[in-house]
Amino acid sequence: MVAFILRTNTNLAFQSEKSVPANRFNGFTEYGIGIGLRSPHYQHILTRKPVVDWFEIISENFMIDGGRPMHILDQILDQYRVVQHGVSMYFGSADRIDREHLKRLKGLVQRSKTPWLSDHLCWGSVDGRYTHDLLPMPYTFEAAAKTAQKIRDVRDYLEVPIAVENVSSYAEFHVSEMTEWEFLNEVVERADCGILLDVNNIYVSSQNHSFNAFDYVNSVPPERVAQIHIAGHSKYEKYILDTHDHPVIDPVWKLYDRAIQRVGHTATLLEWDDSIPTFREVHNEALKANRFLAKSVLARAV
Amino acid sequence: MAKAVMNPLTPSEHMSSHAPNGEPMAHHAAKFIKPNDRLTSFERLEIYNRQYWWRLMSSLAEDFPGLQAVLGNRRFEALCKAYLVAHPSRSFTLRNLGRDLEPWLRKNPQWASSKQAIALDMVRLEWADIEAFDGAAFEPLQSANVAKSAGSNLRLTLQPYVQLLKFHYPVDSLVLEIKKFNNDTEFLSNAFRERRKRKRVSAVAKLKPKTIFLAVHRVDYSVYFRRMTAEEYGLLVAIRKGKTLGQAIDATFSKHSKTFAADLEQVTAWFQNWSNLGWFCAPPQQSAKIQKSEKTQKSAKRRTAKK
Repeated sequence: MVAFILRTNTNLAFQSEKSVPANRFNGFTEYGIGIGLRSPHYQHILTRKPVVDWFEIISENFMIDGGRPMHILDQILDQYRVVQHGVSMYFGSADRIDREHLKRLKGLVQRSKTPWLSDHLCWGSVDGRYTHDLLPMPYTFEAAAKTAQKIRDVRDYLEVPIAVENVSSYAEFHVSEMTEWEFLNEVVERADCGILLDVNNIYVSSQNHSFNAFDYVNSVPPERVAQIHIAGHSKYEKYILDTHDHPVIDPVWKLYDRAIQRVGHTATLLEWDDSIPTFREVHNEALKANRFLAKSVLARAV
Repeated sequence: MAKAVMNPLTPSEHMSSHAPNGEPMAHHAAKFIKPNDRLTSFERLEIYNRQYWWRLMSSLAEDFPGLQAVLGNRRFEALCKAYLVAHPSRSFTLRNLGRDLEPWLRKNPQWASSKQAIALDMVRLEWADIEAFDGAAFEPLQSANVAKSAGSNLRLTLQPYVQLLKFHYPVDSLVLEIKKFNNDTEFLSNAFRERRKRKRVSAVAKLKPKTIFLAVHRVDYSVYFRRMTAEEYGLLVAIRKGKTLGQAIDATFSKHSKTFAADLEQVTAWFQNWSNLGWFCAPPQQSAKIQKSEKTQKSAKRRTAKK
């Protein structure tokens, strides 16, 4: 089996491996490498039916009443496994959760049968006004407690495991009482939820805030990691912006390698949201993760 | 922080030097944001401030390319900024960002000035396009069933995604031209793009007032514009308001040409056509039941088909 894995460069080779850390935060699934479902690729996917282990959808794109997006989604659901990823739940906002939002999200959860659902550890709305951005949290115990309660409330309503994603950030607050990774751990322990570990976001924030990205990866509780995100970004003179419009750079692959060493073979997804190249290019970039996943399988086999 | 993030950018697209409360923004930002060795608190906050405006402005530009063509880039941007200040997003999805644009523009004509009438028409059409694209669809009534049950007391229900509009300008042709331009230009040279753009600007300038009636609907998940006569429009609007077939016909033809009232054959042909397009559906409650049972069958199929 090990030899077969080494010869093969597709995520399918790992589907039968039992080393995948299926856990209660990813619905005890054993997913491999997926990519984000994006409209420029719809035609390719539906006509060529490429082999892809799973797709991640942006929940908000399908929380609508009907039309082409839902028609496409139903066709995708007939042929592929889909996981929902949200961008506007804002667990860290003080606002009460929008009931209409939750109702629509639950409808989509039931339709997609997503084994887990992820959204960001951030805030983004105040008094019902939305910024449509993923704003960084003040890392305080009070914020951790409130955020964790909101995650619990959403999970109880949706009846699906939830994983929170660490965001990339460009600002830090004076009031913070701990590091970002300590805050993440505080929230997920209190909420008893999973983590969507975005290693690109860790890299971006580490450059913007001058911390050691490996300290972050090494502090994450491995048993809570439901999924990993990888992506590209844009480097400016004085900061890095998380743009999802480039291939993954080597330092991010190194962080991914370290994460996989700690967490084991985990559902991995490449995000590419702007200047989107062909389906094949995006998928090939994602499949590079196999280099590191193979090592993890080997290490466990030895 | 949210107020600072949503505060309008300067004309040179930088963060304003003053916070909404009048305090110098540098002092305001330094109160809650740490500087680092490369960026001041002001500069770090400015990243978010710019991202907010660029994201929302580009969302409106994507949803309202016709309005942008009518007003030109500079006026369109000024209008969008004023709109977003008055109506910050109150929805979890950017899809709904432009839903208050028409009533706001009606109350604030200075942002379109002499082009107010055509701008309003354009906003209504482009919002209808969005609604028609992803609006709900219920199980359509079969043409035979419509014909069978046709009687003066019959109440028909129109599909929610069908949008009925009356315009003072033929803005549909302009939107179609813009859609064609946007689809084509991906593969065109810059020089050709510019020529096409100039042609479009001149098309806007030449647009003469003309009353048109339009149904914005969809076929096979694509949105189409269908021009109608005043009588067709009147009938469909009355049906949407819940009038019986008899009431709808009476209300429509008492206002319009008497020759149409006599033309039963023509009215029958319209209904046939609308039925063929799937515009009539069972009332939503009944339809929901049909959809639910269909969904159950579908998900059973999906469970067996999944890898």
